[in-house]
Amino acid sequence: MLAHLPVLQVILPLVAAPSCLIIRKSGLVWLFTFLVSLAALTVSALLLQQVIDSGVISYHLGGWDAPWGIEYRIDILNAWVLLIVSALGTVVLAAAHTSIRRELEEGQQILFYTLYLLCFSGLLGIVATGDVFNVFVFLEISSLSTYALIALGRDRRALWAAFQYLVMGTVGATFLLIGIGFLYMVTGTLNMQDLAARLPAIGTSTTVLAAFAFILVGICLKLALFPLHLWLPNAYAYAPSVVTAFIAATATKVAVYLLIRFTVSIFGVDFSLSVLPLQHLLIGLGLLGVLTASVVAVYQMNIKRMFAYSSVAQVGYMIVGIGLGTAAGLQATLLHLFNHALMKGALFLALAGVVYRVGSANISAFRGLGRRMPWTMGAIVIGGISLIGMPLTAGFISKWYLISAAVDSSHWLVALLLVAGSLLAVAYVWRLVEAAYFHSPETPDKPADEAPLSLLIPTWLLALANLYFGVDTRLPLAVTEMASRTLFGGAL
Amino acid sequence: MELLVDIALLGLLLVTAVAIAWARDLLAAVMLAGIYGLLSASFFMVMGAVDVAFTEAAVGAGISPLLMLATLSLTGRFQAGTDTRRVLFSLSLVILVGALLVAATLDMPAFGSPEAPAQQHVAPRYITESMNEIGIPNIVTSVLASYRAYDTLGEVVVIFTAGLGVLALLMSLPPQGEPVRGELLSPMRGHRILRVIGKILIPPILVFALYVQFHGEYGPGGGFQAGVIFAVGFILYAMLFGLDVVARVVSNAVVQVIAAVGVLLYGTVGLLGMLTGNNYLDYRDLAGDPVTGQHIGIIAIELGVGITVASVMMLVFFVFSGQLAGRRAG
Repeated sequence: MLAHLPVLQVILPLVAAPSCLIIRKSGLVWLFTFLVSLAALTVSALLLQQVIDSGVISYHLGGWDAPWGIEYRIDILNAWVLLIVSALGTVVLAAAHTSIRRELEEGQQILFYTLYLLCFSGLLGIVATGDVFNVFVFLEISSLSTYALIALGRDRRALWAAFQYLVMGTVGATFLLIGIGFLYMVTGTLNMQDLAARLPAIGTSTTVLAAFAFILVGICLKLALFPLHLWLPNAYAYAPSVVTAFIAATATKVAVYLLIRFTVSIFGVDFSLSVLPLQHLLIGLGLLGVLTASVVAVYQMNIKRMFAYSSVAQVGYMIVGIGLGTAAGLQATLLHLFNHALMKGALFLALAGVVYRVGSANISAFRGLGRRMPWTMGAIVIGGISLIGMPLTAGFISKWYLISAAVDSSHWLVALLLVAGSLLAVAYVWRLVEAAYFHSPETPDKPADEAPLSLLIPTWLLALANLYFGVDTRLPLAVTEMASRTLFGGAL
Repeated sequence: MELLVDIALLGLLLVTAVAIAWARDLLAAVMLAGIYGLLSASFFMVMGAVDVAFTEAAVGAGISPLLMLATLSLTGRFQAGTDTRRVLFSLSLVILVGALLVAATLDMPAFGSPEAPAQQHVAPRYITESMNEIGIPNIVTSVLASYRAYDTLGEVVVIFTAGLGVLALLMSLPPQGEPVRGELLSPMRGHRILRVIGKILIPPILVFALYVQFHGEYGPGGGFQAGVIFAVGFILYAMLFGLDVVARVVSNAVVQVIAAVGVLLYGTVGLLGMLTGNNYLDYRDLAGDPVTGQHIGIIAIELGVGITVASVMMLVFFVFSGQLAGRRAG
């Protein structure tokens, strides 16, 4: 069975999804999806262990050798991202039952779990595969299910948000497909490793450059890089609470992974960062994203929307790390990938608790909430300080690595602006803290009214993870260092 | 001669595309989209991509205009006014992307050139070896259902996801009032000629779908096309004789389960490969000799594809018409 781990990672949730429609009892379906995601989490942990111990795992689907068949290729980079996606997917799912029962109608709940598993397997499939067309297929699965999941939001504006995302996301996916088509045209292969081997010989023909441009824009639409982020705030704000937690913690991470895979592994660092002025473009847009989105976040009235803008800003940090073009920068990005998933997972799950009790995520609903929901607000504060990047939290580690990577490659201004971005995060997190702890509630003397334990436990699990990985950094540091070193060593 | 056909088809495609963008009347746009699908299918046919042409004819010219029409009957027929500045922005974006696409063709290998990398690297093995390894004459089916069967599994799941997405979306808008039975559910019920012709046509359509399903190994076709054609038979019946009559045979809930069963069938065949000690979706040991094993595997997964595609198409149509019935009554 161990030999089949790479495919089990994806196929378990994929086959479990249609089974939900046959089980047809929402409580039972939740338990079933949760067990499946736990199994996926176990598989991803075993895979990471296996990759650390014995190197790259290659799995030939259908028993056909690559490049004729499709290959699953797990190296340290995608093993890491698989672990992030399956861990966060599982924790969010643990909280889903309570939140979804409140936010969705009875008939929609089974569809929710089916779509959730489809999205989960889609994201895992994008990460696990070593074949570029297979990336597109699983991108479609994850995208379509995400659109539907967002549209399930109670607010009617969820429909419009999902439609906007559908249009932008489809443009992105189509661009990626056009780029893949061009790559096939010039190389005759779809296998990533094979592409990486054959592309250098072709050099910089306009077809390759066009392929690169289409793939880059397509992925950047998906990862909501400023100024292609316009779909994101509404999608996050109006989706059901646990859907926001899930996609905020996983979907943009997978898109960042794709960007790294295409620029560093397939096209190669030399081509990606030196032939085109991409380095300046990525650093520039990343920084603009950090600063603009953070400023906009300060003025948001809806807290889900505020943290959505904050996500756009955080994506900016990750892109700057890639743009630096050094192993240290890439390591910072990979660290932030993990840490940001922990922060946003904790924050959006805590917000799910607030929506569950108070029924709204507007800033006015947070007045006096520090006393009414002490544990939920406590988790938000921990997530918030991790987002700012205070020492002893996970957020500090990745920001520290990013800023030192910028300083090491003598990007002084970049380092300075990154610090400025953190200060802006202080501003928007403080607004929330101020409302919750320093304003009296609209209806005073209301007794403590905590979110149910089924929401609090997953929320606090992630909040504590933010603290734990701020102190004990052995695992993330070891893995990301290995990953960035192998990627810059040229091996796929 | 072929050049003239190419020019004529591409010219018509261009005209149709511009007309679709121009049309304010969305009904006209949908009709034009159907024509666009048929023209694309013809163009693929001229290029020798028979399987793709077949799919495009069934989907682009067949079912997707039908579903768009169902949408229009819910949304209204005419487009609201457009903002000129937005049009200019979109137009410049389109020109930019178009220019990039044209630029990309400059270094492109010539169409049909035997020296093109696409003909040199991976494809030769499919052409020379697939008959020994898989043993079926349609190489496209060998690639789709065996060499790259995992992609096809993904595509089936994409269709399944799309069906569920439509269901989830329209379920959140409960139709106003009780659905009415009779007239409103089948606008063409009163047309005697259509009903007679429909009754004559529907059985051959269903049989043809089965032929396409099981003949996919030898000629163009397979589960995708067959599923669409099969669903069209049911949809046509629903339009002529009423959704309620069809619902007596297959209800919405049953169709959902059947769609799931199709995906499960495909997924389980893959797992059987693992039980025989091979990798996922490796069919070679499903029977005594590898070629028979491949045959069994391909027939089974194609059946899964056909089942899921047919039931998802029906599901989408049922959900739309259910909305329509509720809306009109309300």
